[in-house]
Amino acid sequence: MFDDLRDLYQEVILDHGRKPRNFRRLENGTHHARGDNPLCGDKMELWLALNEDGTIADAAFQGRGCAISMASASLMTETVKGKSVADAHKLGEQFRELAMTGTCPHCAAGLEDEMERLAPLSGVHEFPSRVKCATLAWHTLNSALDNQGKEASSE
Amino acid sequence: MDGAVNPRGEADFDVERIRADFPILATEHRGKKLVFLDSGASAQKPRQVIDTMIRTMETAYANVHRGAYHLSETATAAYEAARAACARFLNAPRPEDIIFTSNSTMAINLVAHSYGRGIMKPGQAVVISEMEHHANLVPWQMLRDGHGTELRVCRITDAGELDLNHLAELLADGKVGLVAVTHMSNVLGSVTPATLIARMAHEAGAKVLFDGSQAAVHRRVDVQAIDADFYCFTGHKLYGPTGIGVLYARAALQKAMPPFLGGGDMIASVTFERTTWAEPPAKFEAGTPPIIEAVGLHAAIDYVEAIGLPAIEAHERALVDHAMATLPHVEGLTIYGKAQDRGGVFAFALDNAHAHDLSTLLDRAGIAVRAGRHCTEPLHERLGAGAGTCRASFGLYTTKAEIDYLAEALASARRFFA
Ligand SMILES: Cc1ncc(COP(=O)(O)O)c(C=O)c1O
Repeated sequence: MFDDLRDLYQEVILDHGRKPRNFRRLENGTHHARGDNPLCGDKMELWLALNEDGTIADAAFQGRGCAISMASASLMTETVKGKSVADAHKLGEQFRELAMTGTCPHCAAGLEDEMERLAPLSGVHEFPSRVKCATLAWHTLNSALDNQGKEASSE
Repeated sequence: MDGAVNPRGEADFDVERIRADFPILATEHRGKKLVFLDSGASAQKPRQVIDTMIRTMETAYANVHRGAYHLSETATAAYEAARAACARFLNAPRPEDIIFTSNSTMAINLVAHSYGRGIMKPGQAVVISEMEHHANLVPWQMLRDGHGTELRVCRITDAGELDLNHLAELLADGKVGLVAVTHMSNVLGSVTPATLIARMAHEAGAKVLFDGSQAAVHRRVDVQAIDADFYCFTGHKLYGPTGIGVLYARAALQKAMPPFLGGGDMIASVTFERTTWAEPPAKFEAGTPPIIEAVGLHAAIDYVEAIGLPAIEAHERALVDHAMATLPHVEGLTIYGKAQDRGGVFAFALDNAHAHDLSTLLDRAGIAVRAGRHCTEPLHERLGAGAGTCRASFGLYTTKAEIDYLAEALASARRFFA
């Protein structure tokens, strides 16, 4: 009945949705933020541990939400580990473009592999009411990096 | 139309004939026939309502209560006829007992302002329930914070019924000025025993408001039999247009309450020093009212009355019975609410799919349901479903075949996420 939805719900997404990676608290985190999607009740809490040199040593999250939002958070934590804060921001910008339009023509050189990993989520662009499910994690990442402690909202 | 109903109830209910009145039900979405199970959020509109509104704009439209010319008098008469139709619909004693607002939300805010701030004293309490829509919760929090009233929350039972023992406890100290509760939950479908609640409130010296946004669509409401002080509903859920709501308020209360909004139409005389109010209900209808919407609501009431509320109630009861017999066979499905007395609304969840994923799938099958927390965040926490649920709600055009199709789609969705 739903075979044409396999583009949105690719196996990677179902897998990360069911078994999110890095789904735990970070006891030694240096940065933290909560994200909230008040319309649908999705909630997440994100922890980052930054190295002295400003790279992200570890990222972890906990929360509740749909398969898309859980998979997006899971893939994000995997993707930003080892990245500089600047690259993490850049990935966030590019990911939002990917989620909204399905493509990212301006994707900067040097992050192709990372964007490749996030590509399974590009299917959400055909579902306007679901884009925010995919971007919540990245909004939360921004607020963890920028304004300590402020709650992120996908609205 | 005189609102006469078929005494046998369901016998004359021809759902296919009714469906033919709703143009949108013939549309397709991504190649799928529309299965509209979100009437509880807003109902679709029959041809009769659509045509009446268009005809009014084409032939009989002008501002009301203002012009001394024929067209304005015609429009005023149509607007006042709509008020009279609403009064008959709720069995209010007089047309003037009906105040037009823009929706239920505004009706409740009007009561919170004009009765809450205007008549209640700081230190008095308002009682709501755990299953209120935010529209019947937030205004009372605002009143609490701005006026110093207390807000008490009556529990519901695990079956999703109002806990009347708890209500009695909350009323016991005599400090309650208003009981404001739903007449039918927009999540669980539970119908509350309005007559009993009103009696309990009155014996404790409190007034009572019923949020009839859902109830008035599904069954006959008689504000005099209930002995309600305030009763509200919203036009768009009753197959009428958006932008119009109805507040029944007892005449003596309308007289005693100060106005809500100030402006044109609600005054008797104005000088820069002082203004005197118009007689109710005009006192509560500041500004140009929803004229076309009132005429559309009148057409919707005529439409519903011609079918008959008892027949609609019987049809929806049969649909609920069918749903409760069919859906529990879907593996992994939880249905929320087990109230004895319930209307055609229920929330559900699948064990392996989040509500939003599920509604995206159902949408692909052409089925429109609501996903999220349906403006009842505290209720969802109470149900242990804080992450949200899906909700199906029936209208007079819903069929048993649509429920079977929902069951099939749910089983298929569960396999999809397995
Ligand atoms: C029980 C209940 N109360 C109040 C409302 C608010 O109605 P409206 O948005 O038309 O004011 C709704 C519907 O949204 C409802 O279901």
